[in-house]
Amino acid sequence: MTELMPAEGVFSLIWLLIALPLAGAAVLLFGGRRTNAWGPYLGILTVSASALIGWLMLLGMLQNSPEQRTFDQTLFSWVFVGDFKADMAFQLDQLSMVFVLLITTVGALIHVYSLGYMSHDKDRRKFFGFLNLFIGAMLILVLANNYLLLYVGWEGVGLASYLLIGFWQHKPSAAAAAKKAFVINRVGDVGLSLAIMLMFVTFGSVSFEEVFGNAGQASEGTLNAIGLLLLLAAAGKSAQFPLQAWLLDAMEGPTPVSALIHAATMVTAGVYLIARSNAIFDLAEIAALAVVIVGVITVFMGAVIGSAKDDIKKSLAGSTMSQIGYMITAVGLGPVGYVFGIFHLLTHGVFKAGLFLGAGSVMHGMNDNVNMRRYGAVRTVMFITFITFAAGWLSIMGIPPFSGFWSKDEIIHAAFEKGLLTGILLIIAAGITGFYMTRMFIMTFLGKARWEPDVHPHESPKVMTIPLIILALGSVFLGMALLFWGNIETWLEPVVGYAEVDAPISTSVAIALGLLAVGIGVLVAYLMYQRRPVPEEAPHGSWLTRAAREELYGNQVNHALVVAPTLQTARVVSVLDAKGIDGAVNGSAAFVGALSGRLRRFQTGFVRSYALSMVGGAVLVVLALVLVRAS
Amino acid sequence: MNPSNYIVLSAILFSIGAVGVLVRRNAIVVFMSVELMLNAANLAFVAFANMNGNLDGQTVAFFVMVVAAAEVVVGLAIIVTIFRTRRSASIDEPNLLKY
Repeated sequence: MTELMPAEGVFSLIWLLIALPLAGAAVLLFGGRRTNAWGPYLGILTVSASALIGWLMLLGMLQNSPEQRTFDQTLFSWVFVGDFKADMAFQLDQLSMVFVLLITTVGALIHVYSLGYMSHDKDRRKFFGFLNLFIGAMLILVLANNYLLLYVGWEGVGLASYLLIGFWQHKPSAAAAAKKAFVINRVGDVGLSLAIMLMFVTFGSVSFEEVFGNAGQASEGTLNAIGLLLLLAAAGKSAQFPLQAWLLDAMEGPTPVSALIHAATMVTAGVYLIARSNAIFDLAEIAALAVVIVGVITVFMGAVIGSAKDDIKKSLAGSTMSQIGYMITAVGLGPVGYVFGIFHLLTHGVFKAGLFLGAGSVMHGMNDNVNMRRYGAVRTVMFITFITFAAGWLSIMGIPPFSGFWSKDEIIHAAFEKGLLTGILLIIAAGITGFYMTRMFIMTFLGKARWEPDVHPHESPKVMTIPLIILALGSVFLGMALLFWGNIETWLEPVVGYAEVDAPISTSVAIALGLLAVGIGVLVAYLMYQRRPVPEEAPHGSWLTRAAREELYGNQVNHALVVAPTLQTARVVSVLDAKGIDGAVNGSAAFVGALSGRLRRFQTGFVRSYALSMVGGAVLVVLALVLVRAS
Repeated sequence: MNPSNYIVLSAILFSIGAVGVLVRRNAIVVFMSVELMLNAANLAFVAFANMNGNLDGQTVAFFVMVVAAAEVVVGLAIIVTIFRTRRSASIDEPNLLKY
């Protein structure tokens, strides 16, 4: 059993991990124009300092035995109402540790990259402030030791994502995309808040320790309900079916944002949430099955969308959806999958960040054009970007010995334990991955130049290529390092549990089938895009291509099911309000107004007419008295 | 003499006063009519006091006289002021205070 260690030594700095980027965000956002000159450097400094502390903590953690690697730091009692208690308290264990390293290290690299990418933007300071805010919120999310504090981080990253997608808010499409991301995320957030309420009602607490400790005593129905609500939350944040529609539009944000938030870190928060709640999902079979189904569906949707998009960022976004689908599937498989879901999350975080930054580097040289049909032969002018992108490309396809190979094939192998169908579907999806990534690679870097006339591509500055090189090295070596040197299974086992895969086929067969599928995908892409010239205008395409270009009609479905009825209701209510309620109120006011208009005519200003009315009134009173007396 | 005659006289005087207030335009005459109404009321009070055999009505009559005297002072002052600005004592002319 793991024991809770007091946060001493370097671990007493857990709060500082979060405080540094948050302080950076505060200075940059409240400091205003005064911080314009040095603001971006401060932003890089805070995140790098957090990353440094994170690596020191890893060294400290390695000193302890596996059972003694969970550190607890309670800052203060945050909410204390009746039976409800939530502390501002952080928990650093093996799972949060790898997340902290991913977030701060990749985050720091992307901060550095942004220095070059955003060098011409006049709102650079604000951009770095938002990025710092995101890092702080994401660290709260992964370091919280109770669900309520996790929810704070969850909402914080949602806010940062909204602000950064809409960073170029002068573009209506960016503003709309930000709004869309925010609204769809909100659907998932409702799931998380309901799950937290249900946990409190069931267990009387929202802290990880008590919820997981008492999970066995709850009824299966309750656990399934909590699990499904958590899945809803994860689907919203991680762009899984049916809440996937926002991720492709989120590419309206600057490319470093797409790399950091919408590829490497924030969108994987759903995977973290499910892996963290493993005690619940282990006991909730229906919920776990739903997780697998959602994951597999999204693997396919993402892959198909990624295959048809000509926009390099949207194609990568489809790929992100698909890869997160792999992770979600993995964590839905139970103890055989948690470790590999997280493993794939880490390798994906690195190689996908590298791919996005590579795409950003290409766009930077192409006057921000994102249409791959106008790329081609970029390798001749951007050699470093070409090599680093190639590392990411081989890694995401799962070619040995690149990082993605080690994590993805373990997931595919584990999926065979759930059933033959799950495994085969994942293998087919791996083939589609090979297709769309090769398509992207060929259209961008190989073939003939199809550049716009006034474009003169050039290699990006060092401040952008050095992060690319580091991430490319990660794409090559991280998988091997984590598996052979870091022993990712034994490292994560105390937190998420681990079981040997007991699948009908052996690992080597799964690997062979996976590689075969990828090979077919690559071959098809080669025949379609390398052997034949790529048309500059998109051809009409088959029905599947057209559907994939339309993002499999996700937006249309959302519009028909949610947006249109809401608008219709709003219209009816608006008419009711204007004609009904406002009519009654305004009508009575108009009536009183008209009445007073008539009545004021009695105020003639002639004293004698007033006197006459008085006399008349007095006579009436007297007459009334006389009549009453007489009767 | 029948005390009710005083009441009738009082009613006649009051009516004359009321009609005077309503029909005359000259502020001074209206004022005098008001005095007539007040004194008609006084007469009625005194007559009732006599009929009831106590002094209550007479007491009220004195009060009315004092109040009437005070009212005359204020009223005449207003009339004189208006006359100074408008060169007229007609009560139909100052009709600015209307809708």
